[in-house]
Amino acid sequence: MAPEDASVHRVLGLSDEEYETIHGLLGRHPNHLELAMYSVMWSEHCSYKSSKIHLKRLPTEAPWVLVGPGENAGVIDVGDGIAVAIRIESHNHPSAIEPYQGAATGVGGILRDIFTMGARPIAVMDPLRFGPLDDPRSRWIAEGVISGVSGYGNSVGVPTVGGEIVFDETYRGNPLVNVLAMGVLPVERLVLGRASGVGNLAVLLGASTGRDGIGGVSVLASAGFDEASQNADKRPSVQVGDPFEEKRLLEACLELLDEGLVTGIQDLGGAGITCATSETASRGGAGMDVDVSAIHSREEGMEPFELMTSESQERMLAIVEPESLDRVLQISSRWEISASVIGRVTGDGQLRILDGFDGEVLAELPASTLHDDAPEYERPLSPPENLIERRSLDASSGPVDCAADLLVLLRDPAWVYSQYDHQLFLNTVVGPGSDGALLRLRDPRTGHETGRALGMSTDGNHRWCHVDPRQGTAMVVAEAVMNIACVGAEPMAVVNCLNFGNPEHPEVMWQLSEAVDGMSEACRAFNAPVVGGNVSLYNETNAVDIAPTPVVGVIGMHPKLSNPPPGMTVSPDLTLVLVGQQPNEDVSMAGSRWAWEIGGCKDGTLPEFDLLQTVRTAAYVTEIVQRNQVEAVHDVGEGGLAVALAEMAVHSGVGMHISGFDGHRALFNESGGRVIVALNRTDLESFLKETSNRGVPAQTIGNTGGPSLVLGSTINLSIDDLTRAARDELPQALGQGTVSG
Amino acid sequence: MSRRVGVIRFPGTNCEFDTVDAINELGGEAKVVWHGDSDLGDVDAIVIPGGFAHGDYLRCGAIARFSPIMDAVSTFARNGGPVLGICNGFQVLTEAGLLPGALQKNAGLKFLCRMEQIQFASTANVVGLGASVGDLLNIPINHFEGNYVCAKETLKQLEEENRIVFRYTDNPNGSIGDIAGISNKRGNVVGMMPHPERATSMLLGSNDGSSLLQSLLSTERAPSTNENVASTHDERI
Amino acid sequence: MRFEVKIEVLPREGIANPEGSTIERTLPALGFETAGDVRVGKVIRLQVEADSTDTARAIVEDMCDRFLCNPVIEDAIVEVLTA
Repeated sequence: MAPEDASVHRVLGLSDEEYETIHGLLGRHPNHLELAMYSVMWSEHCSYKSSKIHLKRLPTEAPWVLVGPGENAGVIDVGDGIAVAIRIESHNHPSAIEPYQGAATGVGGILRDIFTMGARPIAVMDPLRFGPLDDPRSRWIAEGVISGVSGYGNSVGVPTVGGEIVFDETYRGNPLVNVLAMGVLPVERLVLGRASGVGNLAVLLGASTGRDGIGGVSVLASAGFDEASQNADKRPSVQVGDPFEEKRLLEACLELLDEGLVTGIQDLGGAGITCATSETASRGGAGMDVDVSAIHSREEGMEPFELMTSESQERMLAIVEPESLDRVLQISSRWEISASVIGRVTGDGQLRILDGFDGEVLAELPASTLHDDAPEYERPLSPPENLIERRSLDASSGPVDCAADLLVLLRDPAWVYSQYDHQLFLNTVVGPGSDGALLRLRDPRTGHETGRALGMSTDGNHRWCHVDPRQGTAMVVAEAVMNIACVGAEPMAVVNCLNFGNPEHPEVMWQLSEAVDGMSEACRAFNAPVVGGNVSLYNETNAVDIAPTPVVGVIGMHPKLSNPPPGMTVSPDLTLVLVGQQPNEDVSMAGSRWAWEIGGCKDGTLPEFDLLQTVRTAAYVTEIVQRNQVEAVHDVGEGGLAVALAEMAVHSGVGMHISGFDGHRALFNESGGRVIVALNRTDLESFLKETSNRGVPAQTIGNTGGPSLVLGSTINLSIDDLTRAARDELPQALGQGTVSG
Repeated sequence: MSRRVGVIRFPGTNCEFDTVDAINELGGEAKVVWHGDSDLGDVDAIVIPGGFAHGDYLRCGAIARFSPIMDAVSTFARNGGPVLGICNGFQVLTEAGLLPGALQKNAGLKFLCRMEQIQFASTANVVGLGASVGDLLNIPINHFEGNYVCAKETLKQLEEENRIVFRYTDNPNGSIGDIAGISNKRGNVVGMMPHPERATSMLLGSNDGSSLLQSLLSTERAPSTNENVASTHDERI
Repeated sequence: MRFEVKIEVLPREGIANPEGSTIERTLPALGFETAGDVRVGKVIRLQVEADSTDTARAIVEDMCDRFLCNPVIEDAIVEVLTA
C-alpha cells in the first residue's frame, strides 16, 4: 500500500480489520473506486453489521409469507391470488438536516421498495417523533417533515392512511421519521431483485445521477483528502425529491411489469448503483459488467466513484432481455423517463466497472462480496449499571391535578393528517385519527371488491421501551395488534423499524437485543411473523442516545366487510365496558405519559403484562367488531383510560359518567391489553356472559350521555373544554408559520 | 344518456382509476384517455380527474392545458358536450380558458383533505339533474390550491348567470363567495374542487357524490351552437 | 445573440396573496415592525436567442402571456439582463 493510501479506508469509514478482509477477498489491495464501493455497501445502513446477529432471532416464517426479510419488501399471500407487499424504513438523519426533503425522499424511497416487487403502492403510514413542542427548532423540523410527507405523498398519489405523532425531549436534535408503505399485486406478478440470464441488460430508469447523497466517499474527490475532509463545499447538497418523476417512474415500471418485460428489478436507494448492481447480481448468482460512461448524469465531469455511489432519488434498475429493450425504451419514453443500458449480466459472478463496455476496467470484484461478505459484529452489550436502582423508583409521585393533567395529555392529530391525502384509491374505510386504518381490499387485476379489508397500524413507545426494552417492545406489538383488532382485522405480518442510539455503547446493544426478544415473543404469540424491517442506529445528539424506539407496523385481514366497523363514536345512553387486563389499585405508573410528562419520573417497573390474555382479548375484540356486535370500540393506549375515554367523548360530542376510577393511578396508568367497548344496555348481560366464557376479563365502568366527561369524583370537564384542549394544541404550536431555530 | 365517459389522464394525474371505477359502478362505461392523444374517441361525456398533472409545476394545470388532447376537449365543450373537471381538472379547465377565474393556494397555506359540506347554488348544469338549489352534500376535498379567485365583474356575472354550482357551507380555503364549483354559461362545463368519486359508498363515509356523476351520465348533450365558449372577459379562447 | 432574461411573476394588485400575508403577520413577531406590503411570487430565469434586447423582451413577454403567468392572478416583470 502506498503510504498516502494508508488511511483512505479509515476516512471512508472502514476499519483496519475490514480493510484486511477486503484485501483477503480480492487477493490484492483494492483501488479507490473499489474501496468506495465496499465502504458504502459495508456501512451500517446497508449491511446491518451490528444488528444482523440479533435480527436472526425474529420469527419470519408462516405459510402465507411469500417473501421474508432481505428483499426490498416483505410479501404475504392474502388469498384470491392477491399478494400484499409491505415495508417500513427510517429517514431520521436526512430529516434532521432538511426536514421537508428528508421526509419527502423518505416517502419516495419506501414507495420504490414496494413497486420494485411488482406491487402498486396503495397506502403510506408515517410514525413521526420530534423534540418538544416548546423548542423552536423541533417545531421547525416537525412542520417541515409533515409538509414533506404531504407534498411528496399527495403528489405522487399514494394515500397516507395513518401514523403517529410524538413529541419528547429524547428526540430534540434527532427526530425519527419512519415511513411504512404497502402495495398490492397479483401473486403471479411478484418480481424479485435478481439479475439472471447471461447477456441480459441492466437498464437504469428515471432521474439522472447527480452528486447528491455521496456523503462520506466525497473525500475521494480531491487528491489530498486530508483537506477535502475539511472542505464542506465538496460535500454534496441535500437530496431533493421529485414526486412527479417518481409518479412517472412508478407508472412506467408497473407497465413494464404488466407486460412481462423485466426479469428482475431493483430500486436505487442507499449506495446507489453499487448496491443495485451488486445485489441483483449476487441474488441471481450472476455477475455484471457496468459501463459508467452510459449512466445519464446531471452534472458534467462526474467521476466513476461518484456515479457508482450517488444516492440520487427516483431511479430504478431493470434487468431485461435484449429483445425486450425496444419496448422498454418505448414505454419509458411515453412516460417521459430517461432510460440507459448501463450493464450486462455475465456468468462469472464478477462485478466489473468499465469506462465503456469495451473500455478500461476501473474496478473488478466478486459481486457477492459486497453483499454477502459484509462483516457481522457481535458488539458488546450490557444492561445499564443502575438498572436495579432505576427499576425500584416509584413513578406515581408528583403534583397531581387530574383534570388539568387530562387536558395536557389530550392531542387531536387531525391538523397533521388533514394535510395528507388519505382517501385516494377509494379504499379508506377507516382512515387516520382512529385506532387502526382499514382499507377495502380490491383485486389488483380487475379493481373488483373482494368483500375483505386490510387493517394496518404503526406503533412505538419509547417510554415503555426505556423502562424495559423487552416487555416494552412486546407491549408495542400488542398495542399495534389491538389497534387493528378494533377495526376487525386479524394480524398476518409485522414489519419493524428499530430506531436506537449508538451501537458502540453496550447499553444500546442491550436495548436492541432485549427489544428483539420482546418483539419475537409477541410476534410468536400473535402468530404474526416479521416480514421485513429496517435498523436505524446512531440516533444520538451530543453523545446522548435516544430512548430505544422500536416501531412496528402490523397488517391484518378483515375477512368480511359489509359495513364500516363501529369506530369510537358513541351515542348517549350506552353502557361502557372495559375489556381485557384489569390492573390493581396499586398498578405501576412507570413508562406512562403521565409519569414522563407530568410526574417527572422516567423509570420504575412497567405494569404487569399478560401477553396470552392480550392475545385472547385481541381475538375476541376482532370478532365482536367483525360481527358489528357493539356500538363503539376504542383501544386504551398512551395516556391510559382517561385519555381513551376523553378521545371517545370529544370524537362524539357526547359526555360520559364513569365510576370506580379515582385518582391519577387508575386514570392514567398504561397497563397493556385493554379496550373500551360501548354497547346497548340490553346487550350487557349476554356480553358479560360471553366474555367470561372466553376467559376475557370485562368490567362495566359507566355510561354515555350528558355534556361533560365525569370520571368519578376526580374529573368533571365539559366536552367543549376537552375539545378545545385536544384540537388547538397542534395548530397553535405548528400552524402559525414556524421559524428555523 | 351519456354513458360513455372519457377520463383524461395526464402524467401526474392520480384519480383517473377512482373516477373510472365510480362511473362504472353507476352503470357508465368509462375509459382512460391519454393526454398525448388528439382524438377523444367515441365518448358522450368527459371527466378531467384530480391529481397533479405535470407535477403541478409552474401552476396547477398550466402545462396540462397544452397537451394535445385539450384541443379535442375544447371542441367537445364548445359543441355542448358534458365536461366535468374535478379538483386538478377544475384547475386545468380554468387554465384552458373553459371556465373563468383561477385557483390559488388555500388561505391556510396547508393542503387539506377532509369531508366538507357543500350546497347546490345552481342546478342548471350537467351535475344538477334531479337536484334542487339548497341541497346539502357531504363530499371530501383534497387540495392545496382550491382558493377560487376571479375579478369582481366576473363574480357578478357568475351570480347573474346562475353559474355558481356549489358553495361551501363552512369555507375551508378562502374561496371568494365560498365557491366550490362553477359552470360555463351553457352549464355543460362544470369545475368543482370537491371529489364526488370519493363519496360513492357508505363504506367511504358518504355516497352524496353518486348523484352528481349519475347526472353527468344522464345528461343529453346540449345543442350545438356557434356561441363562443369564452363568455366572460377572462375566459381565454 | 443569446440573452439572459429574468422574469418576476407576482400576484396582481388586489389579488389575495396568502403567502405574503402570512409572512407579513409573522414579521412583527420577530421585531420587524416596519415592513409591509409583502407579496410572494416566483422568479424564472431563462436564456433566449434574439436579434436585439427588444426582440428578446418581446419573445419573453409573449411567453409570459401565453404560458409563464396566469393573467387572471399574476403580473410579470421582464428584465433582460445581459446581451
